[in-house]
Amino acid sequence: MSTLNQLTISALSTRLNHREVSAREAMTSCLDRIHQVDGDVHAFLSIDEADALAQADAADHAIANGEGPQRPLLGVPIAIKDVLAVRNQPLGCASKILAGYRSPFDATVIEKIKAAGAIVFGRLNMDEFAMGSSTENSAFVTTRNPWDLSRIPGGSSGGSAAAVAADECFASLGSDTGGSIRQPAALCGCVGLKPTYGRVSRYGLVAFASSLDQIGPFTKDVHDSALLLNILSGLDPRDSTSVPEPVPDYTKALDGNIKGLKIGLPKEYMIGGLDPEVKSAVRTAVDQLQKLGAEVVEISLPHTDYAAATYYIIAPAEASANLARFDGIRYGTRVDASDPLELYSRTRGAGFGPEVKRRIILGTYVLSSGYYDAFYLRAQKVRTLIREDFLKAFKTVDAIVTPTTPTAAFKVGEKSDDPLQMYLSDIFTISCNLAGICGLSLPCGFTKDPQLPIGLQLLGKPFGEETILKLAHAYEQANPWHHQKPLLR
Amino acid sequence: MAAVEIDVKYVAHLARVTLTSEESQRLGAQLGNILGFIEKLNEVDVSQVEPTAHAVPLVNVTRPDEIRPSLPQGDALRNAPAKANGLFMVPKIVE
Amino acid sequence: MEYEVVIGIETHVQLKTQSKMWCGCANAFGAEPNTQVCPVCLGLPGVLPVANEEALRLTTLTGLLLNCTIARYAKFDRKNYFYPDAPKNYQITQYDKPSTFKGFLDFEFQGGIARVNITRAHLEEDVGKNFHFDRSSGVDFNRAGVPLLEIVSEPEITSADMAHEYLNALKEVLTYGGISDCDMEKGMVRCDVNVSVRPKGQTALGAKIEIKNMNSFSGARRALEYEIPRQIEVVSKGGKLSQETRRWNDEAGITETMRSKEQAHDYRYFPEPDLMPFAPDDDWIASVQRRVVELPLARKQRFMRDFDLPAADAQAFVWDVPLGNYFERAAQQTKSPKTVANWVINNLRARLTETQTTLENLKFPPESLVDLTGLIESGKISTKIAQDVFIEMFNSGEPPSAIVEKSGLSQVSDVDALGKFCDEAIASNPKSVGDYRAGKVAALNALKGQVMKLTKGKANPNLVGEILENKLKN
Ligand SMILES: [Mg+2]
Ligand SMILES: [Zn+2]
Repeated sequence: MSTLNQLTISALSTRLNHREVSAREAMTSCLDRIHQVDGDVHAFLSIDEADALAQADAADHAIANGEGPQRPLLGVPIAIKDVLAVRNQPLGCASKILAGYRSPFDATVIEKIKAAGAIVFGRLNMDEFAMGSSTENSAFVTTRNPWDLSRIPGGSSGGSAAAVAADECFASLGSDTGGSIRQPAALCGCVGLKPTYGRVSRYGLVAFASSLDQIGPFTKDVHDSALLLNILSGLDPRDSTSVPEPVPDYTKALDGNIKGLKIGLPKEYMIGGLDPEVKSAVRTAVDQLQKLGAEVVEISLPHTDYAAATYYIIAPAEASANLARFDGIRYGTRVDASDPLELYSRTRGAGFGPEVKRRIILGTYVLSSGYYDAFYLRAQKVRTLIREDFLKAFKTVDAIVTPTTPTAAFKVGEKSDDPLQMYLSDIFTISCNLAGICGLSLPCGFTKDPQLPIGLQLLGKPFGEETILKLAHAYEQANPWHHQKPLLR
Repeated sequence: MAAVEIDVKYVAHLARVTLTSEESQRLGAQLGNILGFIEKLNEVDVSQVEPTAHAVPLVNVTRPDEIRPSLPQGDALRNAPAKANGLFMVPKIVE
Repeated sequence: MEYEVVIGIETHVQLKTQSKMWCGCANAFGAEPNTQVCPVCLGLPGVLPVANEEALRLTTLTGLLLNCTIARYAKFDRKNYFYPDAPKNYQITQYDKPSTFKGFLDFEFQGGIARVNITRAHLEEDVGKNFHFDRSSGVDFNRAGVPLLEIVSEPEITSADMAHEYLNALKEVLTYGGISDCDMEKGMVRCDVNVSVRPKGQTALGAKIEIKNMNSFSGARRALEYEIPRQIEVVSKGGKLSQETRRWNDEAGITETMRSKEQAHDYRYFPEPDLMPFAPDDDWIASVQRRVVELPLARKQRFMRDFDLPAADAQAFVWDVPLGNYFERAAQQTKSPKTVANWVINNLRARLTETQTTLENLKFPPESLVDLTGLIESGKISTKIAQDVFIEMFNSGEPPSAIVEKSGLSQVSDVDALGKFCDEAIASNPKSVGDYRAGKVAALNALKGQVMKLTKGKANPNLVGEILENKLKN
């Protein structure tokens, strides 16, 4: 029998609407759990408990008014990565440079989940400005993997993944620029979805790499992921890159019928560095998908090997400009100086952590005079080839299956001295962002000793979320790995 | 994987980030490695390839020319480290 | 040795839109500091720009007016530099794919028509405004994000005077086209001037010196009048000039070296990922084409040609477009447009100013002015009476013939009727009659005046003269 905070959104909603539990009880169950485990997990940077409970009471009021059926998230506590703007809440990107900053507006996704009735609470830890794969780059604390506290939860949305895995919230929002949703979801054993570029408005998401960033949900099961995507998706007049593509009811796709769906297995992903346990878990999962009716074919994505290099030009370049606004003039911390130029350099020198500086310098360098063509322009061209690989593959297959990560969660500190090795932990997730397609990670088993979650990545065509959710759901129904919970001792 | 020399000091100046000399040194080595890795892109023949700036191609996204409410001055200045007389204050700008 | 000067000008013009370039804040001058700002134009974390369609239209319209090619594919880029008035520390501009390029501007210069080629006109955003105090500066971001058009000329201008005329002509085009109010006082137009000198005959350009951010055209001219001899002096003494940015110090009347915004000028342009490219189709361009107006120089030339007007009159109708349009409607209905032009410029314009009336509130149609000049030409009324009729027409809007009829102002041209008045004048002025007959021709004027008096000014003065002469000869 699961405790209240362990429920999925849909299970909680049913109970809320039947008045079996109140939103206050749901919220309190999360807060209790946070008090119990977050001292170890460190998923949260801050929580305004009074505000969370006030929202819960308002939700109970609305439920009493019968608003439940029209508002699918009414009374559901959802926690937010510290990169998304929530009106009057801190917005810090886990960076010292934004200390004390509160956003005067809501991100579009926050407006949407608020309208759907969610209790929006807490600021979830992350790698500073979403730069990293382990949350070790947070300026404040390293989030721990709920399955093994000596290990990293992945990143950059490590807090978002850990909070869901540890049942500290019912779902969370994160952002994914090169795998920052899928990789931590895989390492923590939850469902993480990166929508197609343009599916979800980025307005209110502090930009890391604008042409790669997407917001997406962390959930306990696939159905909740579809449910949240219904709410998050759609054209936003405040985001020029959001796409006017109709939003289907994604939950309708979850019918278990995957007969005849064609799945591609890219040969380029079965690389040397792939952990044997991960490899075999993914193999088994593919076999099971086949048993469930899907057709599996080997495909080739020939430019896969260039994705990481491409990514580590484009993302830092865009970041170097996106992060220029953190200068100590209009907001954030300031280190004083006698002239503005000095003030910028000192403020930014003191306010940014090492990884952020590394990427700003790298991004500035590849754009600087004399290097643009050799680096940035070339990377954009290789990006075209990577995207074409996928579009070509999707002419013959409905989805692509890969491991989400080459290994399960690694130890805290294991890769932090070697940025390049850290960058290479994202090799399976990066291409998806470069191509602008959608991708999802869901649990497909565990390593033996220690027991750590393994993630299966499903990649879909642009706006092909229905297909990957359908496949993921069918797999999950047959293989309910998500019912296993970390012991957290 | 050839290491690449980069002028960290110059780039840090462009990026307006003060680095300690220790930071500069470490960054120089790390960035050299990363750039060495990135050099593998030179293997790809891109002579006939158009660059991709946006993964999802859209054109002509505009908004109508309509006035919307601005922030009250107090809200605009709320997060400012230094403000006076409705202005964001900075050290004297010398042009 | 003789030297020649090469000048290119970059002009920044604020576009006449309701709202800013990327957000809905008002594009208006004069508000309290930081009251026309929002998360977007303050560059708060998480915001995104969305392009103002009217600004894109005005950019295309400018391109059409300046004979430019209109790009079928334009995009925005980020220009990276740190400055306190730049909220994002990058400016969104158009780098390698501007909205319009390769045009020209013709203007009157030294009695002829000069042409300066336009390299490009691209859309970007303005920055905030800095205020300087003793030990600190303050920034107002109301202006940040106002749509700004940058118009770049080819380096083809050869003197300070020519630069001045180019700027005036450009301003005239932009105001004419409704693209900008070009209010210099409000900083709506600013220009950067690139100037270099070289020995006559040399093809390579000399060191390019940029004089930045001048907000008056006369200032630009004076800066050039100072800078050109300065450069020539350096070069002629065997000195070397190096590329630099200077500032015009208006009070001292000199240019001086400026600390540059980005010393290295390494702007690291790259495509703006937050904005999609702009690829206008035929319909869109046609819809902008409908807003194209006749340019000042073309208008002046047309008025001179079609209505046979002197340059000064045509110029008056270029400066005052509604007045010119009014004149044009009248002129199309008359055989003597010059006469009508005189009435429009000397009487109508003066009266409008005196009474602070606008043409929209004018009570009589252009036809009335045509009728009035017709009455004079046919001899029905004198020019003097016409002045009174005009005032009456201005006040009441009644047609001039009706006014003449009603008030009996019609000039007496009836020979019999006038004969009687002439007899009366002759009878009562024997002295004048005597003088005339003695050979003093001027005495006739006294008699004429007498007749005019008797007819209360309504007599046709020429006819009276004839009748008197005849009678006195007999
Ligand atoms: Mg410019
Ligand atoms: Zn604004």
